[in-house]
Amino acid sequence: MKGISLFLIASFTGLSLFLHQQKPLAQSIADGEEIYIDFCMQCHMTNGEGVPGAFPPLANSDYLLDIEKTIYALKFGLKGPITVNGKAYNSVMASQGLDDEEIADVMNYILRNWGNETEEVITEEKVTSVLK
Amino acid sequence: MKTLQHFFLSISILGVIGCDAQDHGPAISTPKTLDYSYEIVADSIDIPWGLSMLSATDFLVTEKAGTLYHIVDGVKTIVKGLPPVYVRGQGGLLDVAHSPDYNEDGLIYFTTSSPLGEEKGGHTALYSAQLKKDSLINTSLLYKGDFNTKKGQHWGSRIAFDEEGHVFFSIGDRGNREVNPQDITRDGGKIYRLNRDGSIPSDNPFIDNENSRKAIYSYGHRNPQGMITHPETGKIWVHEHGPRGGDEINIIKPGKNYGWPIITYGINYSGTPITDQTKKEGMEQPLYYWLPSIAPSGMAFSTSDIYPKWKGNLFVGSLRFEYLERLELKNNTVVRREKVLDSIGRVRNIEQGPDGYLYLGVEGKGIVKIIPKS
Repeated sequence: MKGISLFLIASFTGLSLFLHQQKPLAQSIADGEEIYIDFCMQCHMTNGEGVPGAFPPLANSDYLLDIEKTIYALKFGLKGPITVNGKAYNSVMASQGLDDEEIADVMNYILRNWGNETEEVITEEKVTSVLK
Repeated sequence: MKTLQHFFLSISILGVIGCDAQDHGPAISTPKTLDYSYEIVADSIDIPWGLSMLSATDFLVTEKAGTLYHIVDGVKTIVKGLPPVYVRGQGGLLDVAHSPDYNEDGLIYFTTSSPLGEEKGGHTALYSAQLKKDSLINTSLLYKGDFNTKKGQHWGSRIAFDEEGHVFFSIGDRGNREVNPQDITRDGGKIYRLNRDGSIPSDNPFIDNENSRKAIYSYGHRNPQGMITHPETGKIWVHEHGPRGGDEINIIKPGKNYGWPIITYGINYSGTPITDQTKKEGMEQPLYYWLPSIAPSGMAFSTSDIYPKWKGNLFVGSLRFEYLERLELKNNTVVRREKVLDSIGRVRNIEQGPDGYLYLGVEGKGIVKIIPKS
């Protein structure tokens, strides 16, 4: 009897952990939109168009094709010269202090908007695995 | 039909953009000949947020990510012993300033995004401390805004002193414009006034108002990131970021309401309106507003003889257009605007040093000194 109870507890714990980690994609995208509006939109603008010469576009952006590089930039910040869609930028993007789940959410939002397309679902674990 | 819809949509978008792009006030001009150059006096600082010049060669610089530098003759040392800094969105280590009586009291003041408190997230805090062998000692928390929030926007914050022993500082609306700026029982969207030891002045405007935050000096602000004591009148001048359009310059008067978000000359980033009101009884009109937004940060008057043509002018950094803006004033009206150091980078801060030179904090560069050509 005790064994069964423990088994049940373990199963429920496992299930809730599983549910916690596998946030539905639609929810992640919705949460990501909120993060985008609060933390990103001021520089990258409403439709990810950026500001010519100052802030690179996120819309139709070839930079975002390298997902790990993008996660790295969101986690640790980005500075120095980069090229986006053939145009040169040289500025500073400070780390915004987002946690790994928030970075996964905003990535899922950005990678499915403004002409960007991906099959990949960014998970919190994936963000955690990108190290400095 | 769909084409027709697109047509009307395009027209309305054009209308909004047309409105937004109109330059308000005297158009910004670019000088034909440059009678100044610049040199970098402290390099390799990502976001030099605040600058406090103890002397022409000895100064303190805050870096947003949470580093306080003590820079002597261009050599940077990291100051130890900072209280916790909550790096989140626009928040981090913010302004730094030294007491007007620094030679006697040795006090420096700084603002930071702070995680202190029970709720998750953070709010802006003001500290004083002293510097001993590149460590902070006698660190004292003078004010901490609440309630904490995980929002990344609008922390302010700048620090200024008057000649009557007060310290002023700003906190932005913390991303909650519908609640904070118009409510004097809550922090955020305010200019604050304290005695330099952190106590509340007995003549603060809301001292007798039950439930109010007694440190509040004025309210209805969005995100003030420029503050300077006028060199002649001693009044506190503040500028603040508008939304899209509607950055403002205001002279701060005790107890007054500066209107955000009930009145504004700006619109939402998305192009939708915030309000149709730009004026209202009981709310102050700005001395000047920018349309389009320049994203102002840092504020200084030039009072020295180093730049004779600029004497008495106001200087404001532009994050968005990456220049230093020079404003000529007549009877508190802006009559001329000019770009100084066009395309230098995002100008985060501007100070007049004790040597009379102008010093800028430029993102990705560091501290830049403007040198007149002789």
